[in-house]
Amino acid sequence: MNMIQAINSAMDVMMARDADVIVMGEDVGYFGGVFRATAGLQAKYGKRRVFDTPITECGIIGVAVGMGAYGLRPVPEIQFADYIYPALDQLVSEAARLRYRSAGEFTSPITVRSPFGGGIFGGQTHSQSPEGIFTHVSGVKTVIPSTPYDAKGLLIAAIEDNDPTLFFEPKRIYNGPFDGHWDRPSKNWSGHPGGEVPTGYYRIPLSTAKVVRAGEALTILAYGTMVHVCRGVIEEAGVDAEIIDLRTLVPIDIDAIEASVKKTGRCMIVHEATRTSGFGAELSALVQERCFYHLEAPIERVTGFDTPYPHSLEWAYFPGPVRIGEALKKIMKDAS
Amino acid sequence: MASDPRANLKPLSLHVPEPRFRPGDVVDFSDIAVPPAGAGRRPDSADNAATFTELAYGLVRVLDEEARAVGPWDPRLSPDVLRRMLRAMALTRAYDERMFRAQRQGKTSFYMKSTGEEAVAVAAAFALDRDDMCFPSYRQQGLLIARGWDMVDMMNQVYSNRGDRLEGKQLPIMYSTKAGSFFSISGNLATQYPQAVGWAMASAAKGDTRIAATWTGEGSTAEGDFHSACTFAAVYRAPVILNVVNNQWAISSFSGFAGAEATTFAARAIGYGIAGLRVDGNDALAVYAATAWAAERARTNAGPTLIEHFTYRAEGHSTSDDPTQYRSAGEPTAWPLGDPIARLKDHLIQLGEWDEARQAAMDLDLAEKVRAAQKEAEKNGVLGHGLHQPLDTLFEGVYEEMPWHLREQQQMMLDEEEASGRPWARK
Repeated sequence: MNMIQAINSAMDVMMARDADVIVMGEDVGYFGGVFRATAGLQAKYGKRRVFDTPITECGIIGVAVGMGAYGLRPVPEIQFADYIYPALDQLVSEAARLRYRSAGEFTSPITVRSPFGGGIFGGQTHSQSPEGIFTHVSGVKTVIPSTPYDAKGLLIAAIEDNDPTLFFEPKRIYNGPFDGHWDRPSKNWSGHPGGEVPTGYYRIPLSTAKVVRAGEALTILAYGTMVHVCRGVIEEAGVDAEIIDLRTLVPIDIDAIEASVKKTGRCMIVHEATRTSGFGAELSALVQERCFYHLEAPIERVTGFDTPYPHSLEWAYFPGPVRIGEALKKIMKDAS
Repeated sequence: MASDPRANLKPLSLHVPEPRFRPGDVVDFSDIAVPPAGAGRRPDSADNAATFTELAYGLVRVLDEEARAVGPWDPRLSPDVLRRMLRAMALTRAYDERMFRAQRQGKTSFYMKSTGEEAVAVAAAFALDRDDMCFPSYRQQGLLIARGWDMVDMMNQVYSNRGDRLEGKQLPIMYSTKAGSFFSISGNLATQYPQAVGWAMASAAKGDTRIAATWTGEGSTAEGDFHSACTFAAVYRAPVILNVVNNQWAISSFSGFAGAEATTFAARAIGYGIAGLRVDGNDALAVYAATAWAAERARTNAGPTLIEHFTYRAEGHSTSDDPTQYRSAGEPTAWPLGDPIARLKDHLIQLGEWDEARQAAMDLDLAEKVRAAQKEAEKNGVLGHGLHQPLDTLFEGVYEEMPWHLREQQQMMLDEEEASGRPWARK
C-alpha cells in the first residue's frame, strides 16, 4: 500500500470495528478527499458516518468536539495543515482543555487528520509544518508517520486513544519515500519494507519512537519526510549514524532519545518547520538537559528557514541533502 | 491638466456606534417598540424557515400590562408549574446575591450575576427535557437551579474548595455536570455554539431522541464560531436550539457593536435558513413557549431554531466590572420590559394563585436555604484558605494517562514544596 491507501485502510478498519467512529471534512464524502484518503468510505458506511462539511475549519473542529462530548469518536480532516489556523481556538481552548477543565467529565476523543509539509511546490499555503504550534499545547498529542505501515498502525492507535490527537500526514511521501533528491525520478512504496501493510487491524502504540537505522557515530532525530531524506544522506556519506523516527512528538519517547544520544555522543535534529521556537528547539533542550555530559559536539539543528515557505526557491529552503550534508560535516568535525 | 474626477465628492465618513445614554444622562426608552402581548402569530413547528421574517423582527410576548397571559403563545401552564418556575427564578436571584457578596468578602476571586435574565435560563429549563444537553455561556446558572442541581455543589465550584468536583481547575462559575446535562463552560466565547450543533448532529446520527440547546450573548454573535455553528445547524438540520441572550451589553459595549443598530439577532437566522424567533426575554411564559416550540421542531426533525431573548443586563458584567463607568444608572429601572420575576409573580397573583405575603415568605425561605447551603459549602473551605485540592491534582486530567513529562514535573513540584516548607497540604 502507499500511505494514502494505508490511511484509508486504517479508517476503514476502525469504522468497521467501532460504530462511533465517524469521518468528516471538506470533500471527504462522495468525492473521497482531495488526496483520496477517504475514497470509498461513504459508499461503504453511509452518509451519516462519512460526510462532507461546509468550508469552515473552526466549525469542523467545533462540531467534532461536540460529537466527542456526545460519545462519538470523530476523525475530522483539515484539507491542508496550512488551513488549520481558523480551528486553533477550538483545538487549543476546547479540545485540548476539555478533560482538564471538566476534571474528566467530558473528553475529546477526536483525531484530526491533516496533510502537512513541503517538497511539492506547494508554496506558502500548501507546504507548512505547524506541528510546533501544537506540541506547545498541553492536552493534545501530535503524531507524524513516515511510512504506510506506521501511518496505518499509528492512525488506528490515535483513533482509539481517548485524548485529542493531531495526525499530520507528510503529503510528499503519500506515494513514495523521498530522499530529498528532487531532480531524480520519484520512487513508489512498492519494494520498501514500510510499504508492506496488513489489511486488517493492528496498532503501533503512540509515544514509541523507532530506530530506523542503528549506528554509533551520531544520533539523528527526525520525523515524517525528513526520516527518508536523512537516511539518503547518511547512506551517501557513509556515516554510521543512528536515525530515530520520533513518530509521536508529544508525549515523546524520551527513553529512546536518551539511550541513543548517550551512546553516540552527538545529536542532529532535522525538521522542515521553521527554526525559531520549532519543535527542534524542544528536542535540543531535552537532549542538552539529559545527555550533557555525553555530548562531544554542539547539537545541530537542520530546519526550514525562518521565512514563509517559498514557491520558486523551494529547494533552497527545504532541508535537503546539501544542507544536511554540511551539518553532518560540522557535527562530525572533531570525531576521531 | 485633467481635473481630479473625485474632487466634487463628499468625503467618506466612518460610522462608529454610540449608545444612547452615558453616565449622568436621563434615560428615555419610550421609543423602543414593544408590541402588545399576544399579538404575534404562532406558526406550526414544522413551517419552512423562510416564513419567519415577521417573527424574527417582532417580539413574542405572552404577559400583558395587566399580567394576564394572552394570545397564541400562551403555554397554558398549571399554577403549580408557574409557582415552581417563579421559585427557581427567585432562587437564582438569591443565589446570585449571596455569591456576589461572598466575592466581596474575599471568599472567592470572581462571580457573575444573571440579575434580570433569570427567565431566559429558568423558563427554558422548564421547557426542555432533563436530559436534553445544554451548552451554556457563563450567565445561565438558572438552568442548573431550575434542574434542581445541588446548590452546595455549585458553591463548591465557586469557592474552588475541597468539595469542588472540578478540582479547583476552573474559574468560579465555569460549572460542568454531565449528570445534569450541562456542558463544561469555557471562558472562550461562542466556542460552545458549534459544539452544541455537533452534539445535536451526533444525537441525530445515532437515532437518539435527545436534543441540544446552546446560549450565547448578543456580543458573542460577532464571533466566527456563531457563523460556523449556524451554517452547520442549517446544512444538517441539526436538532438544536440556538439562543441569543440580547441583554443589550457586552461588558461596556452596547449591542450596536454586535450589529443591533441595523437588524435584530433573530433576523440573522433567516439568512441561514433557520427558523428565527424574537422573544420578550423578561416574560417567562414567552421564553417557555418559544423554547417548547423550538424543542418540538427539533424533536420532529424539522430543524434548528434561533431564539433571540430581548432582555437587559440589570447589573455589572461581573464582580470585576463597574457599569456606572459607561452607562446611565437609570437604565435598569427604565427598561420597558420590566423585571422577569416581578412579572411572573404579578401573573400568579392576577390568577388568584399567589399573593405578596406568600412571595415575601418564599423569598425569606429561599434566602435561608441559600445561606444554609453556603454554610455547608464553606465547610469545604473557601478560595485560598486551606482545604484546597491536593497539590498533585494539578497534573491530573491533562491526558487520560499522565505522560512521563508531567510525572516528572509533578515530582519536581512536590519536591520543591517539600523543600520550601510552605504550608500547602499535600493530601
